[in-house]
Amino acid sequence: MTPRRVLAALGLPVVLIALWWLVSASSTSFFWPPLSTIVRAFPQTWTADPILHDVLPSLARLTTGYLVALVAGVAAGTAIGSSPTLRALCEPALEFLRAIPPPVLIPVIALFAGYTGATSKVVTIALGCLWPILLNTVEGVRSLDEVLRDTARSYRLGRVATLRQVVLRGASPRIATGARQALSIGVILMVISELFGADRGLGAAIVQFQRGFAIPQMWTGIILLGLLGVALSGLFRLVEHRSLAWYRGLRQSERGM
Amino acid sequence: MIALDVAGLAKTYPGPGGVEAVRDLTFQVGRGELVCVVGPSGAGKTTLLRCVAGLLDLSGGRISLDGTPVTGPPAGMAVVFQEYGRSLFPWLTVRKNVELPLKEKGLAKAARTAKVDAALESVGLLESAGAHPWQLSGGMQQRVAIARAVAYEPSVLLMDEPFAAVDAQTRADLEDLVRELWQRLAVTILFVTHDIDESVYLGQRVLVLSNRPTVILEDVPVDLPEHRDQLATRSSPEFARIRTHVYELVQLAKKGGRPDPE
Amino acid sequence: MTRTRTAALGLLGLALLVAGTEALPRLNVVDRRFLPPFSSMTVALARQLRGAEFWTALAETLRGWALGLAVAMAAGIAVGVVIGSVPFLRAVTASTIEFLRPIPSVALIPLVVLIYGSRPQSALVLVVYAAFWQVLVQVLYGVADVDPVVRDTARSYRFSRRTIVRTVVWPTAMPYVVTGFRLAASVALILEVTAELIIGVPGLGRSIGVAQSSGAVPQTYALVLVVGLIGVAVNVATRSVERRALRWHISVRRDL
Repeated sequence: MTPRRVLAALGLPVVLIALWWLVSASSTSFFWPPLSTIVRAFPQTWTADPILHDVLPSLARLTTGYLVALVAGVAAGTAIGSSPTLRALCEPALEFLRAIPPPVLIPVIALFAGYTGATSKVVTIALGCLWPILLNTVEGVRSLDEVLRDTARSYRLGRVATLRQVVLRGASPRIATGARQALSIGVILMVISELFGADRGLGAAIVQFQRGFAIPQMWTGIILLGLLGVALSGLFRLVEHRSLAWYRGLRQSERGM
Repeated sequence: MIALDVAGLAKTYPGPGGVEAVRDLTFQVGRGELVCVVGPSGAGKTTLLRCVAGLLDLSGGRISLDGTPVTGPPAGMAVVFQEYGRSLFPWLTVRKNVELPLKEKGLAKAARTAKVDAALESVGLLESAGAHPWQLSGGMQQRVAIARAVAYEPSVLLMDEPFAAVDAQTRADLEDLVRELWQRLAVTILFVTHDIDESVYLGQRVLVLSNRPTVILEDVPVDLPEHRDQLATRSSPEFARIRTHVYELVQLAKKGGRPDPE
Repeated sequence: MTRTRTAALGLLGLALLVAGTEALPRLNVVDRRFLPPFSSMTVALARQLRGAEFWTALAETLRGWALGLAVAMAAGIAVGVVIGSVPFLRAVTASTIEFLRPIPSVALIPLVVLIYGSRPQSALVLVVYAAFWQVLVQVLYGVADVDPVVRDTARSYRFSRRTIVRTVVWPTAMPYVVTGFRLAASVALILEVTAELIIGVPGLGRSIGVAQSSGAVPQTYALVLVVGLIGVAVNVATRSVERRALRWHISVRRDL
């Protein structure tokens, strides 16, 4: 990367952080402690124990719920997307179910099993992440080019091969869109599920700081959560970048025409 | 030796009243022949091809490939579609595209590589093996589709207006490529086109279709030399004669002409 | 498949869902305490509709949603057009936007609770923060999509910057703005209801939380249904607006 690009990328963030530092340095406000205080509180707050017992369990629940949603969503979405009858049958019902804001599912799930264990949180995350993946998979499978299907049929590709090599790969750009949306929903639900019925977790820790008026510590939690969101999003983009390189090339060549 | 035997092929599309697209198509393609099919727009050329390819169910009649009836896409048949850009998988390289049907056939890696290389060599695209289809021009993409069909070593090669979406210059090159592959590999080809000149230039016979409900208007033999050349052949008097005859037949078909009862 | 067939199948699907919700609790496949029959949900809903509390809560939810959405749209469009039109700004802010965008707005909940408690301002902050990014990203796409030839033509005729924005940038960006509106509307509803549920800001979300914690199970479900219906209405309405805007846009572009 040329020095100019590095400057452009880092310039504004550095300026903003510096401004924050300077403006808050002399702050005596309760809610807005000096940035220097917050930074100093970081290593004190997030030692090995909280990381092990708060951050990691939260991430584990997120990963589990997300993966469950991914597998179930792609499987169901492929089945529904391949059959016009199934699609017509399920579409309005799915439209309704996906319009329910995911956090609202929490009280419903709480009715079933209370909200203290890890299972209820994983279920919440899985249910919330399911819809974007499911609906985007249906769309991706449905809109697969007819000529591709005919080609696969004419060369006698078996059902499994057609599914793996043609249907899923052809629908993968759409599926990726759904997976990306699901990731942000998953992070939101990871936090909210802990605010609702907390044992230990990142969101729970932040709330405890807030309730105990440990403001700098609360800020470190918020910043950590923000960094986590950014890191996960970056990771997703990396994976998407590599596996969908062909799609980018294809779109570029189409637009060139 | 008969490679493809079509007897009484009929196809009616479902819908209010039913649309009779094809009424009765009866013809045979001998092993190693190159037969072209022309007809007015809407004559059911593509319907015919899809039925023969096993992609479309018949309403009546019977199709046999090497003596075996065709009920679904048969082994031993390869199709080259008109829309090359949509028939090649964009997430695979050229090589992987050509290799895919061979994997399905169950060939070993070494055998596959040999056949893929040979096929790409024969269409002149061996250096582009590592590229993706959308990185290539339209003509090159259609060559890849042809290479894929050739590597499959089919009994019968079906081509559905493969050069309709390609510019005239490239079309001439591809026509010569088809003839060259046909002669070298001794493959049987059924070539559907709307281009009358192309059908006469390529084929040993030209089947002229009527309009809907489609029957065969006439089976025109093309008595031109084995070796054909874009310039010399197309300006020969024999070519002009056959071409005019086919042209008149197609005009007749457009006006609803039917074959003379035997 | 014909449209009537599609519609009929769709209704059948919904009917099956309702029937399942009615049958499973009655047959004791699912415990009634967890999932009451659909009929009892509708009874609870009818009772709700007769009370003033429901309508107040509904109004509060809709008001918070609409206000947050409006602020997010205004801010997103303004910031987006400015940044998008000036290449320097675009280059410099790109990394900051990419960094701030994935930060979940719920991270702000503890802060917002401290400052505003359970007043509607809490919800407003969350809604605006989340919806703003949806609008901004789309507006940036839209401004970037302006045909450089058209823009250069305008500049060679020495149109003022204001005129260029009005006659060139805006028509191109408008469909993207509408898409941003659709995405922001849905996100805004989610955050509004979330804020009500978690923080206790007045509205349907809070009603759901109260119903659940006091054990009024059919009522909880009834309110969830209402929120779902509002969500569907918002999605359907914004999608049809988007389709109309895009249709206009495509035909205009073709004529150009």
